[in-house]
Amino acid sequence: MTTEVVDMITVVIDGFEVTVPKGTLVIRAAEQLGIQIPRFCDHPLLDPVGACRQCLVDIEINGRAFPKPQASCTIPVETGMIVKTQLTSTVAEKAQRGVMELLLVNHPLDCPVCDKGGECPLQNQAMSTGEGSSRFEGVKRTFEKPINISSQVLLDRERCVLCARCTRFSEQIASDPFITLNERGALQQVGIYENKPFESYFSGNTVQICPVGALTGAAYRFRARPFDLVSTPSACEHCASGCDMRTDVRRGKTLRRLAGDDASVNEEWNCDKGRWAFKYVTAVDRLKVPQIRNSEGILEEASWPEALAAAEAGLKATKSAVLVGGRTTYEDAYGYSKFARVVLGTNDIDFRSRLSSDEEREFLAARVVGSSTTYRDIDKADQVLLVGFEPEEESPIVFLRINKQFRKRALKVVSIGSKESIAVDKLKAEFVKVAPGQEAAAIAAQSLTSKSVILVGERAAESAGALTAVAALADSSGAKLAWIPRRAGERGALEAGAIGNVLPGGRPVTDAAARVDIAALWNTDSLPTEIGRSTSQIIEAVNSGSIGGLVVGGVDPLDGDNSQATLAALDKAFVVSLEIAPSAVTERANVVLPVAAITEKSGSFLNWEGRARSFDAAVSDSLNRSDLRILSMIAQEMGISLNLGTVTAAIKEIASIGKWDGARVSFNKVNASTQPALNADQALITSWRRLLDLGTLQKGEENLAGTARQTVAVISPKRAEAIGVVDGDQLKISTTQGSVTLSALVENIHDDAVWAPRNSRGSQLLVNLGVAHGAVVTVVKA
Amino acid sequence: MTKLAPVLSAHWDEKDSFTLEGYKRHGGYTASAKALAMDPDAIIQLVKDSGLRGRGGAGFPTGMKWGFIPQGDNKDHYLVVNADESEPGTCKDTPLLMANPHVLIEGCIIACHAIRAKHAFIYIRGEVTHVVRRVNQAIEDAYAAGILGNGIDVVLHIGAGAYICGEETALLDSLEGFRGQPRLRPPFPAIAGLYARPTVVNNVESIASVPAIVKNGAEWYQSMGTEKSKGTTLYSLSGHVVNPGQFEAPLGITLREILDLAGGVRPGHKLKFWTPGGSSTPLFTDAHLDVPLDYEGVAAAGSMLGTKALQIFDETTCVVRAVLRWTEFYKHESCGKCTPCREGTWWLVQILRDLEAGKGTEADLAKLLDLCDNIMGRSFCALGDGATSPITSSIKYFRDEYIAHLTQGGCPFDPVASTLFAGAGA
Repeated sequence: MTTEVVDMITVVIDGFEVTVPKGTLVIRAAEQLGIQIPRFCDHPLLDPVGACRQCLVDIEINGRAFPKPQASCTIPVETGMIVKTQLTSTVAEKAQRGVMELLLVNHPLDCPVCDKGGECPLQNQAMSTGEGSSRFEGVKRTFEKPINISSQVLLDRERCVLCARCTRFSEQIASDPFITLNERGALQQVGIYENKPFESYFSGNTVQICPVGALTGAAYRFRARPFDLVSTPSACEHCASGCDMRTDVRRGKTLRRLAGDDASVNEEWNCDKGRWAFKYVTAVDRLKVPQIRNSEGILEEASWPEALAAAEAGLKATKSAVLVGGRTTYEDAYGYSKFARVVLGTNDIDFRSRLSSDEEREFLAARVVGSSTTYRDIDKADQVLLVGFEPEEESPIVFLRINKQFRKRALKVVSIGSKESIAVDKLKAEFVKVAPGQEAAAIAAQSLTSKSVILVGERAAESAGALTAVAALADSSGAKLAWIPRRAGERGALEAGAIGNVLPGGRPVTDAAARVDIAALWNTDSLPTEIGRSTSQIIEAVNSGSIGGLVVGGVDPLDGDNSQATLAALDKAFVVSLEIAPSAVTERANVVLPVAAITEKSGSFLNWEGRARSFDAAVSDSLNRSDLRILSMIAQEMGISLNLGTVTAAIKEIASIGKWDGARVSFNKVNASTQPALNADQALITSWRRLLDLGTLQKGEENLAGTARQTVAVISPKRAEAIGVVDGDQLKISTTQGSVTLSALVENIHDDAVWAPRNSRGSQLLVNLGVAHGAVVTVVKA
Repeated sequence: MTKLAPVLSAHWDEKDSFTLEGYKRHGGYTASAKALAMDPDAIIQLVKDSGLRGRGGAGFPTGMKWGFIPQGDNKDHYLVVNADESEPGTCKDTPLLMANPHVLIEGCIIACHAIRAKHAFIYIRGEVTHVVRRVNQAIEDAYAAGILGNGIDVVLHIGAGAYICGEETALLDSLEGFRGQPRLRPPFPAIAGLYARPTVVNNVESIASVPAIVKNGAEWYQSMGTEKSKGTTLYSLSGHVVNPGQFEAPLGITLREILDLAGGVRPGHKLKFWTPGGSSTPLFTDAHLDVPLDYEGVAAAGSMLGTKALQIFDETTCVVRAVLRWTEFYKHESCGKCTPCREGTWWLVQILRDLEAGKGTEADLAKLLDLCDNIMGRSFCALGDGATSPITSSIKYFRDEYIAHLTQGGCPFDPVASTLFAGAGA
């Protein structure tokens, strides 16, 4: 690792010397000494504005004093600078007390009913820097309250101290300048454009950084006092970005989640899904008790011993496979991986409950396991190439990081896809437009350097040859390569070997030495030697009768490419379902075993970087057990010890797995498919899942759903003209399986393509059409 | 001998002074022709040598400001003329532009050449539509005559009526299409101004003074004025005087001399207080009649020359009432960006209203002064500072009058007596 040379500057603050990097602001140099200068508008991740004037200090440089106190949040340190804060300068102290008094002139005394009360920077600093009583005897400014600036953010204007943190965040960090300051003087206020609500995927951050109670979240408003909450550091389960989080619980119920502070990952931000989608954990239909399907085919509640016995009987009687969704923790995935091999004696396991390919499985085992491209590589990249990946929709913090570098140094971004997106527009990315399914050629045509970063999304698997081209491009250019799945657990599941071709740590199942390694660790004589089946092959095998049982954890059968076949397989097989809530799987399962949700257990996710994001149980007294514990119980029932009774045991065992130095799975090249011929009313479908959609973890979050992007079908101007459609007309997209009819939007998309959201209200393509990318569909004016 | 020295205003009495023809009759556009043949650096040096200082209020040396523009940086440079004249009492740019818009255009050509700019923007106050029409016509005529458009373009931009847009960085924000609020400095406009390009922002009168300097030389300009305040300038006399209006004289003239020229305070009355440079500058009284009205002289007497807007108030005027009116103006015009100005002016008005109504105690005066102390020098730009000036200076000179309001339970003055129509019907 190279170390960057940074000029250091020494300054004196309140008589103490401190040496800080050149460019450090006085207010932050003071923090290094433990000197807290009060502030409101200052935020370390936002550009200085100097608006609130709370942080005034006396400054002299080489003996020349500024004639008046200066805002320490706007002035960088200089050699020879002597700073006197409120601690040593009566002028600075009076200035700060004066500003505090003025801030309170128009601030309501509604702390007892304000959500911020108890954790309010204004309240706290009024105590440290303000007077006990006010000299203001006049009339305060009042506003109608509150205003909904979106379905999830409320604004109480009279509480606002006009620090412009929210507006600066929206503009500088999210590039969503949907809120702005309006009017002037004391009537200045935060506002939205007429009929354009604050529908940013990152709006919740403004609530968190508001230094008063002016911005509140609809879901948390009037729900709790901060001092009644028990806070637990946690990690976000919604995507592979890996946000550090804080979960606030009162009496066993999660009331809110906040972005945690991790400079190397999410800095201090998160997305609205991570912040506001947690009600599914406490939903009324949560599974709490095991269930067994009785002789009449009806699920009835059972005791744990009964349920475990039923699972044992069913699984023992047949050859079984494991389907584990991409949302499990690393430890749980490890449990499934070990369970499949040791208990079921099979490599038939796949964590990919989505569109996937054998090309992808080899790519993951050959190129992704153990790789370590990071956010820091994006910071240093000379160029970022996006393949099958919409960062804002599919990994929002990756978007923020790219956007940061774009705003800071005009980082070049190239996106290969069929439809231009909002993020492509915000990043001023070079958009390489290809027909759906024809990505490979465009990838091969890119020229990168060893300082470039390729970010390839899980959707690249939907285009034959794309991952082959990506690997070749990385090899020829030396560019860093990262695979960014949507789900939080996929990278961990891959590393844990919850897939048919590798054991934990990327060990090929076909490699005898690799098997010996793991067999020794697992205390078993031998491990299955044949490469296991993939998700779709497992479904096929069940339907053809060669597999009779399925252990299914956290899988939505409607996420795959052939949902009809998946449902048929679930109907046919003996299914043991480990789930948190009723689903299409539990409806068909023979044994349903309730498991702990994220807040009820400890564990970790490996984010797209492969970085462990561990967390403790936020709800300490939950009786729900983790998948791992339940798998151990089933194994015990089947007479085999998994030795994974607790998460700690799993962590220990995972840590004891040595590094694999042997050969990796080889990656067989796959050729791109040729583009099918299209009639005038035909197009190639393309789609992605939006951040806010019908995802099961967003269930019950109406406020959040209110800011989802509109469901539309996108076609190119040429096609629109050909079929006589303008924006807003109804467009019907159909296949032999079914159709969707959506409002048309004419935008920058490949002429041969039609785009619709994959899983949004009115547009669930995998269910409605059975296809989502690259397949021929019929597009007509409805 | 009259002390008047009309340069800018030399031909304002001619009927067609505002036309291209009228301007050319007195050598108009010969200075720009001369300047365009000169080395740009030589023009900057000439303006430096002349001692011309910014006429917008701060008095910063104009040539030095031009010299700050980085040269050879391969960036576009811009000249922005601040014609957002909005200070209560200030009324010099409006008559100047009405009477002779071409002198500003010629000044723009010379300044653009000097700072290597191809574009000048004139940001004019939106309320003065008659001036807008006149300047637009002059620009149009200059283009038609081939004076503009040959490498230098002038664009007139009309503001939407915000006092803060007279602050140069707020003006730049407004010009770029944003809400006018002052910007954080550094970067200064000379480095990153309009559209983040090196920009000079000058007052109308400063730029309009340049053609005469080019024509007559730095020495000629230096021969007028005082040691550090060179040249002539427009003094705007208003209020309780017999002949209000513009008086162009060398810097350093006194109010006593200007009042003599203007026929004195209105008959039967005597001077009570006055502003030397608009409402943002601390008040003077009849004790300051002989203060030389140049940058140093006024500063030494505890105020600022500002825009040389001499507002005259005679003894019929209630100082509390006058100060309250000004404070209401600042409250209305505070942009809201920083706390001291935004909240401070909101509060000041409420206290002053109470004082005018005779409510409160002497302790409120201490509170008022302390409040001013917490605003002055604490706000983001000079608007907040300016808002405190009339209050602190009026309490300094007229404390008894404030107390009289409190002891009498109201204003001791007859507001009608101070009006122009006072006595008309009595």
